[in-house]
Amino acid sequence: MSKSNLTRRGLLKTSAIAGAGVALPTIFTSSANAFTNEPTGSTVTLGFNVPQTGPYADEGADELRAYELAVEHLNGGGDGGMMNTFSSKALKGNGILGKKVEYVTGDTQTKSDAARASAKSMIEKDGAIMITGGSSSGVAVAVQALCQEAGVIFMAGLTHSNDTTGKDKRANGFRHFFNSYMSGAALAPVLANAYGTDRKAYHLTADYNWGYTTEEAIRASTEAMGWETVAAVKTPLTQTDFSSYIAPVLQSGADTLVLNHYGGNMVNSLTNAVQFGLRDKQVNGKDFQIVVPLYSRLMARGAGENVKGIFGSTNWHWSLTDEGSKTFVKSFGEKYGFPPSQAAHTCYVQTLLYADAVERAGSFQPCAVVEALEGFEFDGLGNGPTLYRAEDHQCFKDVLVVKGKENPTSEFDLLEIVEVTPVDQVTYAPDHPQFAGGALGSCNNGA
Amino acid sequence: MDAIILQVLNGLDKGSAYALIALGLTLIFGTLGVVNFAHGALFMIGAFCAVTLNRILSLSHEVVDETRTDFLGNPLKVDVPYVYDWFGEAAGQTIIDWSVPLSLLFAIPVMILIGVAMERGLIKHFYKRPHADQILVTFGLAIVLQEIIKYYYGANPIPTPAPQAFTGSFDFGAMVGMEANQIIYPYWRLVYFAFAAIVIGAVFAFLQFTTFGMVVRAGMADRETVGLLGINIDRRFTIMFGIAAAVAGLAGVMYTPINSPNYHMGMDFLVLSFVVVVVGGMGSLPGAVLAGFLLGILESFASMKEVIDLIPGINQIIIYLVAIIILLTRPRGLMGRKGVMED
Amino acid sequence: MFGLDKKDTSLLIIVAILTMLAPFILNPFPADSAMAQFNAGYPDLMQRFVIFGIFAIGFNILFGLTGYLSFGHAAFLGVGSYAAVWMFKLLSMNVIPAIILAVITSGLFALLIGFISLRRSGIYFSILTLAFAQMSFALAYSVLTPITGGETGLQLALDDPRILGASQTPEGNIPVPGLFGMEMRETTQIAVGAWEFTFNVGYYFCAVIMLLSFYLAIRIFRSPFGMMLRAIKSNQQRLNYTGLNARPYTLAAFVISGMYAGLAGGLMASMDPLAGAERMFWTASGEVVLMTILGGVGTLIGPVLGAGMIKYMENIISKINSDILHGWFAFMPDGLEDFVVAIVYPFIGKGWHLTLGIIFMLVVIFLPGGLVEGGQRIAKAFKRRKSDDASGKTSTEPAE
Repeated sequence: MSKSNLTRRGLLKTSAIAGAGVALPTIFTSSANAFTNEPTGSTVTLGFNVPQTGPYADEGADELRAYELAVEHLNGGGDGGMMNTFSSKALKGNGILGKKVEYVTGDTQTKSDAARASAKSMIEKDGAIMITGGSSSGVAVAVQALCQEAGVIFMAGLTHSNDTTGKDKRANGFRHFFNSYMSGAALAPVLANAYGTDRKAYHLTADYNWGYTTEEAIRASTEAMGWETVAAVKTPLTQTDFSSYIAPVLQSGADTLVLNHYGGNMVNSLTNAVQFGLRDKQVNGKDFQIVVPLYSRLMARGAGENVKGIFGSTNWHWSLTDEGSKTFVKSFGEKYGFPPSQAAHTCYVQTLLYADAVERAGSFQPCAVVEALEGFEFDGLGNGPTLYRAEDHQCFKDVLVVKGKENPTSEFDLLEIVEVTPVDQVTYAPDHPQFAGGALGSCNNGA
Repeated sequence: MDAIILQVLNGLDKGSAYALIALGLTLIFGTLGVVNFAHGALFMIGAFCAVTLNRILSLSHEVVDETRTDFLGNPLKVDVPYVYDWFGEAAGQTIIDWSVPLSLLFAIPVMILIGVAMERGLIKHFYKRPHADQILVTFGLAIVLQEIIKYYYGANPIPTPAPQAFTGSFDFGAMVGMEANQIIYPYWRLVYFAFAAIVIGAVFAFLQFTTFGMVVRAGMADRETVGLLGINIDRRFTIMFGIAAAVAGLAGVMYTPINSPNYHMGMDFLVLSFVVVVVGGMGSLPGAVLAGFLLGILESFASMKEVIDLIPGINQIIIYLVAIIILLTRPRGLMGRKGVMED
Repeated sequence: MFGLDKKDTSLLIIVAILTMLAPFILNPFPADSAMAQFNAGYPDLMQRFVIFGIFAIGFNILFGLTGYLSFGHAAFLGVGSYAAVWMFKLLSMNVIPAIILAVITSGLFALLIGFISLRRSGIYFSILTLAFAQMSFALAYSVLTPITGGETGLQLALDDPRILGASQTPEGNIPVPGLFGMEMRETTQIAVGAWEFTFNVGYYFCAVIMLLSFYLAIRIFRSPFGMMLRAIKSNQQRLNYTGLNARPYTLAAFVISGMYAGLAGGLMASMDPLAGAERMFWTASGEVVLMTILGGVGTLIGPVLGAGMIKYMENIISKINSDILHGWFAFMPDGLEDFVVAIVYPFIGKGWHLTLGIIFMLVVIFLPGGLVEGGQRIAKAFKRRKSDDASGKTSTEPAE
């Protein structure tokens, strides 16, 4: 008997072919497989690992919608969506490499343990060849490491921490979403423009990895513009009422509040800050301002009126007018009746990028896919010309600076695009100190 | 000095939420002897009473606005609430604006009903069972309740603002003659504090000064004897359960403008409110209120920058740390009685 | 056998057979059939079954015997996994030292927390353990990030300074945990007709350890020490009046059950070298309480059954999506299909919490003794029917 790691589906197919006419019981081993879960039948299985329970369940549901749409398009259904505007024309709408795309879903619960368990079950039980999805950096980093070990490709969903393609990067993992550094680099000039270069900022930071990298990034870029950081206070993840953190802000002499919070934390801290009337105040002769570095439209809804006029950054927004975005919004909107979120967009794009890389590589083998994705330049997927950088597997593309809209026309129309920051401005060297440590290692085919 | 006054104010406000939930928990425990893990869920349901009423009031019909387009380029459909049609736009807006205070009226009967149904339908069968079973069955109920809410309302928080008149803040410092902008405080939090004080006062007055309350107190002290006197103590206890549910629900309604409600807000509060109840002493109403305010204020102090700089991470653990210290120095919490829940 | 009486020996043998044959038992459906969705015989889930089984067995030693309800037991599991991962990072990828350190560390941690918490009893004890566990979680997630990895969890890296063994494999990957050269993830597949069975080294390693801990638990239950613990549960005051100090016994039980949790944590890290702070959150502590009660408090086999049931729901039911449902009910007419799917859908997939809550309530309401009591009742009903049948026969026989 020979060794095998985490395989099943591929083996099944081999046994189905070879097993015909052979006396039973027959013992097969996976030596026939070149890599983990090699698809040998007429279908290929992708694993969509999104939060279905817990506070990010709605975001996960939107990601799942995007995945279903992407699978439909890959298999030649629907209107083809962004496959029509994608600069690479390798995809033909006949599945991937002629194999029909099937998928399995799992629940990350936004916990790294649970996310790994469901990813493992998709790899071990369902024979998934690629895992994608997720709505937090903790989960992305944990699942990425698992996929590296198991020898499958991981296409990250929504993950914004620098670490995902910084100190925790892995050769089998790829991130399309932008990161904390890019948020800072894109936001700082806009903020300097709108609020001046002489500002005193007070940071409230979620007390975990993503919060740390975001605070670091925003501080670095705003301080470079001439802002001064008066204080930075860490808030517990489980905090729901931020009053005791927000009340002392005015006493500190700060005139700008930066909320390095995401999800429920962001909704609550922003709501509390507006309740305390910070935005009606004048400090140092200037209007007091609030900044939210990472916006999520889904979560912004939870804060209601309070987001109006507040700056932040986002990976993508449905009101973009390039062909790719318009096509995507149309096919998503016609199928589900409302516009897609940025999480949905990044998940859809990641699925297409993976499928395209497989087509171009001519193989599902992870190392071949990695090679096809590394240094890949493309356009037409909603963010303008984009590069998948080989050194850290991070996408480099334009970043959107947005502002809460004053007169929304619907519950989806909450943000307006202030500026599309060109990609050059948010590009950094692979060995930038904010991304120090860690190494990609080499790609793993498993098996 | 300003910073300390400020954090006392914040603490009172946080404390009033803790105290209200802990009060309800203690009422149930004191009367029925049941540890109700579904109490956080009742708080959450109260908050969703406000959301529901807001939704009902904003029930709308669509009017096509040809001048504007939606995200797909079709003519925009604008939702016009029926209340606009019935009362005119201005009055309609005011009604929707005041939906949270209006929800109080809506929530009282709903919560009492839910409370009584819970007691008669489920809790009743658990009086003779061990406390562990009570904790578990109510915990299961809490999961079921919050999953039902999630199914209908989604997982994201739903904004439920306070009436326009109560948004914004006032300058407490300037009012008492200090420098401007040093101590600001939102109006709604003041309302919440006042509301909590009234509810707590009302519950105490009810127990202290009414015949019903007297019987209930007697029942709490010695259920059997009161029963032997020919008083139907069970029915009164059922009503008390309804009242406790209403207290939790009202706390939830009033909390919605402070933090947008979501389906897991009850669980977020549950553990903390249990700590509060135990620190106060199981079964002691004044203890629960006292511990609620105490922990609220300490939590606020621990979140000051100066304190965090001194002891990193103290804001993460302060409540638990205080709970441990109090339980080690006062075995039955601040005002607990001997022999309650010690086996 | 093994110093056990006949009943316990047969129980141990049954458990041994069940765990050894688990790859067959858990994969009852052909791999390509629609029912394959319900197969649970893949390495990760099988490992979880036995690991959480160990966790619950340990918890039951404390709760089932002494009646002390710890609401912070997950902290020991978390500490155990952190210790194990650190061992992988610093010493070697062999699982033995990692597991030993995990057990020792959690034992010491349990000694500390137990020493303080056991000064109180009843709900005050529960709240003390809860407070300690919540503090551990909050600190591990935030300020202790350099030690615990915080949000992303503690992971292996390519540049770990491993004293015994290499930092990287020749291919430039992170080495995987193993037992003297045998990798934990090594898996062999056997296809028998349409069925397919997976045999995984890690699973059998965990299963053997689970059997050992199960055996140890039986010995503890039947020992004079176990009797003493039961005496504490039934009436501590009376025990005190006899001049015995109960504290050392409860503390020993607490530490033993903490070490069981640490063992489970160490095994978890050995199967999958990552330790996340969520493992210590109060809901994780609540989960082991649920497992124990669901299976049957104070019974030997109950906690293992409860652990299996909850993990099965978490991993299998949560993966059923609306697509699969439509596939199942495709044979129905369209309208009916949609209707049935709409009825079932809230309870599966993302609604698995709801199902868990309902099952849990039903068990607590109707089966206070958990699944074990359910099994006993069924067995009794069968016995009664048999004897009824027997007596019925005799009575209807003609007198002549």
